[in-house]
Amino acid sequence: MSDLFTNVFLSALLFGAVTAAVPLLLAGLGEQMSEKSGVLNIGIEGMMLMGAYTGFLGAYLTNSLWFGFLTGAVGGLLVSCIMVILCVRHGLNQIVIGIGLTLGCEGLTALLHHFQFSRTYPRLPAADPTVIPILSDIPVIGPAFFKQHLLVYIAVLLVFVATFIYRRTQLGLNLQAAGDKPAALDVSGVDVFRTRAFAVLATGTLAGLGGAYMANIGAGIFVPFITNGAGFLGIVLAMLARGRPVWVLIGAMVFGICLSLTTALQVAGINIPTDLIQMIPFLAVMAMLIMFGRRSTLPAALGIPYERGAR
Amino acid sequence: MSAHTATTNAATDIDASHAKQARKAFLKRIAMTLGPILIALVIAGLLLLAFGINPLTYYSYVIDRGLFSPSGVQQTLTRMAPLLFIAAGLIVAFRAGIWNLGADGQFLLGAVTAAAAAPYLADFLPVWLAVVLAFLLATLIAVAWSLVPALLRAYQGINEIITTLMMTFLGTSFANVMVKLVFLDPSTTVPQTRTLPVTDRLPRLFDTTITSGLVFALVAIIAVHLMMTRTAFGLKLRIVGANPRAAVHSGLGVPLLTVAVFAISAGLCGMGGAIDILGVQGNVRANWNPAYALMVVPMVFLARFNGFASIAFVLLLSVMQIGGESAARRLGVPNVFTLLLVSIVLIVLAIAEYIDHRHNNSVKA
Repeated sequence: MSDLFTNVFLSALLFGAVTAAVPLLLAGLGEQMSEKSGVLNIGIEGMMLMGAYTGFLGAYLTNSLWFGFLTGAVGGLLVSCIMVILCVRHGLNQIVIGIGLTLGCEGLTALLHHFQFSRTYPRLPAADPTVIPILSDIPVIGPAFFKQHLLVYIAVLLVFVATFIYRRTQLGLNLQAAGDKPAALDVSGVDVFRTRAFAVLATGTLAGLGGAYMANIGAGIFVPFITNGAGFLGIVLAMLARGRPVWVLIGAMVFGICLSLTTALQVAGINIPTDLIQMIPFLAVMAMLIMFGRRSTLPAALGIPYERGAR
Repeated sequence: MSAHTATTNAATDIDASHAKQARKAFLKRIAMTLGPILIALVIAGLLLLAFGINPLTYYSYVIDRGLFSPSGVQQTLTRMAPLLFIAAGLIVAFRAGIWNLGADGQFLLGAVTAAAAAPYLADFLPVWLAVVLAFLLATLIAVAWSLVPALLRAYQGINEIITTLMMTFLGTSFANVMVKLVFLDPSTTVPQTRTLPVTDRLPRLFDTTITSGLVFALVAIIAVHLMMTRTAFGLKLRIVGANPRAAVHSGLGVPLLTVAVFAISAGLCGMGGAIDILGVQGNVRANWNPAYALMVVPMVFLARFNGFASIAFVLLLSVMQIGGESAARRLGVPNVFTLLLVSIVLIVLAIAEYIDHRHNNSVKA
């Protein structure tokens, strides 16, 4: 057992954890913005999946990862447009449309994959990491955290950008108000529809980017249902984080380590069902909720469409 | 005397016009459901065309298998049994304002419990008793599984959407662990539970292959509908759902009612799992997760939490699932187009209902 926890093993474990955590982080940050503005975005799983597909397609056709990330973000954005038109503009039920979008993207991407790639299963070449000098020379931590793809650093940077937006800008206040008391925001002369639409579109973009990272960097290939519930995990992370982006980062890392551990132990030849390890983060969170359970601070108007002048 | 007849005449007139109106409303409701489904089929057909599949062939296969061929329709009705139980469980929760999104976990744990208990109990008990006990045990386990989110929601006010979602992830993994490590059938190499022999499963209806679980499921969903609309208990739950604060002020024990809602909802979902195993599957294979609830949730919303309407929507879902599986096989495409079809039907139905609602409002105003 002791020779298992060598530096190489730990380093690979952490590297895998970061790779697994980045899509969760992006999805969680996106979902957090939607929820803050009062939209429960259950379609995020579909947005990620669409991003994974379009992202892979873009990267595969142009041989450019960055173009892939762009198409991935656009893919997620397009799906979120449907959500904006139906749920934000016209106030349709968010759970029905969200699940509808998720099912639709699952079906559509799997079919597209079947007709395009199911015979060849093309792979993308491994991505070039951006090595940060000096820091990457630290044993164990260095190779895991500082030899990642540039997008990873951008994702972490986004955490602080989001914190800044929520704490220091008018936009952040507007988002908060759209979720807590949309009528008050409307009265003060800010368009609730625009505020919520911005949040949902940002969610779609981030989710699509997360999906594209999953396919292009995490796996190097697109397979049907590749997100495998990551979007739903993003919803859980966003709700647990109670509106604070840093907690999404911490949560994503915890889940990432557990996901990475399942593959690492298999590689090491230890025969535990992976399901057992996958249970750990959920058990930990449930235990935390039971022990320190305080009233959750979800926005008051979460999931309720805003209708002007309605009582 | 004449005045008396006049009033009775007037009364029958009013009755007649009421009946006419009711019939008109009912027909309109049907048209408002079938019309959007047709539109959705056209949209989905255009997509099929884009993939180079003849939509008419596809749909004829779906209808043929899902609705018209004798063995297909029996399969469709059999598939309805677990779906109806889940729908019943969701109706109770949603009407009481509890967003139980953990039905899949509860379903799966019920299924695994039934699959583990039935063959074991049948070793030393009469078969019928073993099946009944397995069914009850599955219900109990599903209820117990919902206890944590229920208590957290009732006494700590923690949002049940997060907790039930997490419990579903947890339940799916836990069910897998139990199948792979504890209830493993030693006589097969495939990781699965011991199989309940076909003769020991729930009886089939008459000379068909339709499971008698369908009858239990119909009873369950109608009972739930009547409970929610016709009993004092149901009224209390609906008050909690409509306005929890008002419920507290009118002296209802909201926390206890919340726990009761969770228990009934999860119990029904667990029963769905048990019925599927005891009636149809016979065992649980590792990594088996049909994820029925993900599709039933929006159906129940479209039915506006009405039990009878839910039966119709579940039938529609069941036809699409069974027919879609067969059509995909016969056309040599993966069985994922069903997902797309269900998705388009859902979204178009939701839009149609919205337009209808807007229209009604503008007529009133």
